[in-house]
Amino acid sequence: MPFKPVILWTDALIYLLLVVVIIFAWYVLRNEHLLTPWRRVGHSVSGMMALTVLILFISIGLLDTVHFRPAIENSGNPNIEKVYGVQVLSLLDVIVTPLRTSVEKTYSAPFATHLYTKETIELAEGRQVREFPRLKFGGAHLHNPEAQFATDVTWRTVKGVGLGLFIWCVFVVSLVMLLAYRSGKKFIRTLFSILRSETEVPWNAVFIVLALILSLIGAAMMLSTHYHIFGTDKVGQDVFYQSLKSIRTGLVIGTLTTLMMLPFALLLGIMAGYFRGWVDDVIQYIYTTLSSIPSVLLIAATVLMMQVYMETHPELFDTIAVRADLRLLFLCIILGVTSWTGLCRLLRGETLKLREMEYIQAAHAFGVSHWRIISRHILPNVMHIVLIATVMDFSGLVLAEAVLSYLGVGVDPSMISFGTMINAARLEMAREPIVWWALLSSFSFMFTLVLSANLFADAVQNAFNPRVRTLSFTNRKVVPLVT
Amino acid sequence: MTSLLQIDNLETILHTGATPIRAVDGLTLQILKGETFALLGESGCGKSMAALSMMRLLPEVGEIVSGSVRFDGEDLLLMPETAMRNIRGKHISMIFQEPMLSLNPVLTVVEQIGEVLKQHFNLHGVMLQKRVLEILRQVGIPDATRIMTEYPFQFSGGMKQRVMIAMALVGEPGLLIADEPTTALDVTIQAQVLDLMRDLQHHKGMAILLITHDLGVVAEMAHRLAVMYAGEIVETAVCDDFFRNPAHPYSRKLFAALPSRTKRNQELAVISGNVPSLSDKFIGCRFANRCDHAWDLCRTTAPKWSRVTASHQVRCHLYDKDAGAKVQNQVEIEEADSRIIAVPQASTVNASTVNSKLLCVTDLEVHFPIRKGLIKRVIGYVKAVDGVSLTISQGRTLALVGESGCGKTTVGKSILQLITPTAGSVRYDGLELVGLERKRLRKKRAEFQIIFQDPYSSLNPRMRIIDIIEEGMNALNTKNDGGVSNGVRQPNFSKGEEVGALLQRVGLPPETKWRYPHEFSGGQRQRIAIARTLAVNPRLLICDEPTSALDVSVQAQILNLLKELQHSLGLAYLFITHNISVVEYFADEVAVMYLGRIVEQGRVDEVLGNPRHPYTRALLSAVPVIKLESKREVIHLHGDLPSPANPPSGCHFHPRCPNAMPVCSEAYPEATEFSATHTVRCYLYEQGVLS
Repeated sequence: MPFKPVILWTDALIYLLLVVVIIFAWYVLRNEHLLTPWRRVGHSVSGMMALTVLILFISIGLLDTVHFRPAIENSGNPNIEKVYGVQVLSLLDVIVTPLRTSVEKTYSAPFATHLYTKETIELAEGRQVREFPRLKFGGAHLHNPEAQFATDVTWRTVKGVGLGLFIWCVFVVSLVMLLAYRSGKKFIRTLFSILRSETEVPWNAVFIVLALILSLIGAAMMLSTHYHIFGTDKVGQDVFYQSLKSIRTGLVIGTLTTLMMLPFALLLGIMAGYFRGWVDDVIQYIYTTLSSIPSVLLIAATVLMMQVYMETHPELFDTIAVRADLRLLFLCIILGVTSWTGLCRLLRGETLKLREMEYIQAAHAFGVSHWRIISRHILPNVMHIVLIATVMDFSGLVLAEAVLSYLGVGVDPSMISFGTMINAARLEMAREPIVWWALLSSFSFMFTLVLSANLFADAVQNAFNPRVRTLSFTNRKVVPLVT
Repeated sequence: MTSLLQIDNLETILHTGATPIRAVDGLTLQILKGETFALLGESGCGKSMAALSMMRLLPEVGEIVSGSVRFDGEDLLLMPETAMRNIRGKHISMIFQEPMLSLNPVLTVVEQIGEVLKQHFNLHGVMLQKRVLEILRQVGIPDATRIMTEYPFQFSGGMKQRVMIAMALVGEPGLLIADEPTTALDVTIQAQVLDLMRDLQHHKGMAILLITHDLGVVAEMAHRLAVMYAGEIVETAVCDDFFRNPAHPYSRKLFAALPSRTKRNQELAVISGNVPSLSDKFIGCRFANRCDHAWDLCRTTAPKWSRVTASHQVRCHLYDKDAGAKVQNQVEIEEADSRIIAVPQASTVNASTVNSKLLCVTDLEVHFPIRKGLIKRVIGYVKAVDGVSLTISQGRTLALVGESGCGKTTVGKSILQLITPTAGSVRYDGLELVGLERKRLRKKRAEFQIIFQDPYSSLNPRMRIIDIIEEGMNALNTKNDGGVSNGVRQPNFSKGEEVGALLQRVGLPPETKWRYPHEFSGGQRQRIAIARTLAVNPRLLICDEPTSALDVSVQAQILNLLKELQHSLGLAYLFITHNISVVEYFADEVAVMYLGRIVEQGRVDEVLGNPRHPYTRALLSAVPVIKLESKREVIHLHGDLPSPANPPSGCHFHPRCPNAMPVCSEAYPEATEFSATHTVRCYLYEQGVLS
């Protein structure tokens, strides 16, 4: 085998999450009444647009999750046991190999052909000049950058966009054909109904977003092989590559931390509100104590303890990636354990209100058990708070990671994340001329990710809230009464 | 008299959904100086929107499309906003329905009332204080100097409404718009407030626009009235004419739907269907789909105004002399109406089931501790229920009557063991429920169930109807029926079919089980709540004000349903209510409650026909009546219900009692028995058993 698969801890958890999501989706698909609200998500324009973007991000994240160690080529001797490299690569790394390997000396601006700093160059005749040297990879194919640059970039962009749009056309045609086949209509009629936005699922909006994404990807594909489209960082690494790698870290921190936090917040919050009395007192004391300790200190202390343990036991980790990954996992756990108090308090308050509702009292009158009341009556009615809070937290957690990385207690320095990128960029903000591209690209990636997550969560929340639905479908009125 | 307010063809629409809602659709009315004009209608017919349009206080989504509102000859709709501000509070002022929400909790009374004076009269300092004091005295607030500097949360509901009235009147307006001014108040307080409004009108000669759904209040207060239905006025008349002879089929139906003693053995008339959605376009008469007298013309042409008498106009083809062959005379309509009403039910009292006592409550006490301080030391008790005894026989109805805050609901919930009683015993069918273990209690739970007041909060909004109804069945595992059968269930029914059958039983189509509660109207939700309790075959239903959140016509539907269920399934009801006319119509026995204790109980005819306790008398006299001939004499109660945390000594009622004696404040009177069923606790009567 030319490679050895590696499953890191976070990989395993992501696979598990994926399996759970697939099982859940399968279960929902088989139950009509569970499917109805999800269909409504599918009918929301902003929701579907956000979902398209999210799927792109998630697939990048998933590609970056499949890890392996490539075999080191030994000089044709089949008898020697295969040796695998210590570098752990992911599928994404393989796909974007040109980005990963084309490392410059130091900073270079986006689309630059020369370095950002002057260097002393010795000319052939022995003279020394200070000038901006040419980059090793960026624009290296141009003989005369000043003259050829504009046409080359334009040509490549047009080619990329064209390629993207071609793929888009293929995709649209096959999807419309599928839709036409399923609805039993003619291809042209289906296409026209999509164009006139008469379909229930807003396909035209999805297609527009898709066209945008595909042409961007196409252009990026064409350009990034010969230019650093987002520039390079201090050690000359491509910023576009870093941004792509950061997506996985962001997603892992966002989702795993939320998953760590949810059981605490849900269970304790609802229990405190529902049972009141001493249960409430105990839970309140716990979270008041926890939230009275400055969370950064708490996190820093725990991370440092863990770091010391890892350093004293180097034999536990066979590669740097394993160590970095374990550190990320622990960071998620620590963030999760310390950040449930806010949601817990919200849920306690809401439950206090809900438990006095008459339908809960009716359930008591039926002798419904406490756990059933909690799971059937209270939990569904607080889910909107959970959903909003977790999505809000998602962006907060990505930011928290940046803050912690700045303090040196965040992710491992060898791991690329939005936090480490922003932190590195911060150091260069005081430079003249300013190095702005690292910050800009990490922010724009983060912004797109968080915004699409927010919009999608909003669509889900609307679809699951029965009251909101009445407003949008006012013509569907109360059932006629038979008396 | 000259006209003070003249509204012509006012149209207001609300842009809330995909289609605009025409909340007020061509309203035309005239209010004369010094008269009380009542705007009568059920919820959702556009009354409040009409009032807000006049004041130009519509919500953001509201828009006045056309029409004019002339006040003293000037069109309010054409005025600039600054000029309008001089009208509001000075020439036209408004009282709102909910006194708890209409006063700012962080301002003292003098600051709130002073706002009006500063704006319109430029009064400050001592002058302002003097004027506020004066107006507070006028609205009958005792100890006005102290009240002035207090905050709204320190007052009771009646007191707050007085402050609201004082605030509305301090500008000496020509027109007072009162939007359901007494709906949130108890009858005794309502009587006080209505009296006050009448007095003030008499002295100041202002006009009142009274917006209400209560026919009784209209009969007491109004000179002229207009009946509103689906955004337009369908009938307008002088009050006496209207109550003697309502013309529009809708008005007639409203009267027929009112429960009363004389209708005891009949089914109440119901208006079939629902109020039409105001976002629809109306072609014919708006009431046509629900009208028993409707014919083709009604569905195609909107009726114009027809005269019944000089001062009585109606928008109905029945009275339209030009309508052609279908002109009907008064007698015919009346016959048709009486035919519908007089479908007598077989007597609800089922002699065979009377004797067995189903529920026996003795000396029930529920005290809530008041805790204070760091370690939550108990510093006192709120005695919500303080020694209540009552019995309910199988298949009978006991009504528990009293003002809000007297502990009625707590009695109901503690009987169900939803609130643990402090002392006393609740025996259901011979089994003591107080202190019963959770497991054994659960087995019994199927037999006694509760229906709540607010149908909007009693159904979980995130569960489908089928899940809501199945919940009780699943929890109590009612597959193997005990002795009671509700006549619906058959052995081979699946759960889904059973739910469908239950929905049919309460008059809803079985397909509705797949829907969510928000898709139903208030009355339909209440039906679902009833179906949910029926699913477990109860024998006793505790109905906690099941109709007080509903309109009169819907109330009639629910009462009919409950009565029919009692008849066919032999259910016993504990009917908790403050509505005396419902009691007269519905109950077999009555217990009157005051501040946690029952002061009088007996059969309906005994208690309501011949009330003995001064409180019962006052309560009954305070209920507004429609009968114009017999002017009742209201026994006025002073003050409000005392706090149950600190009840008066002896008889709880003595501080407000017109017949109080020194002995009343010393000890709680013993029960006096007038008959085997009728008992009263009052010193006016000889203690012990009357021979």
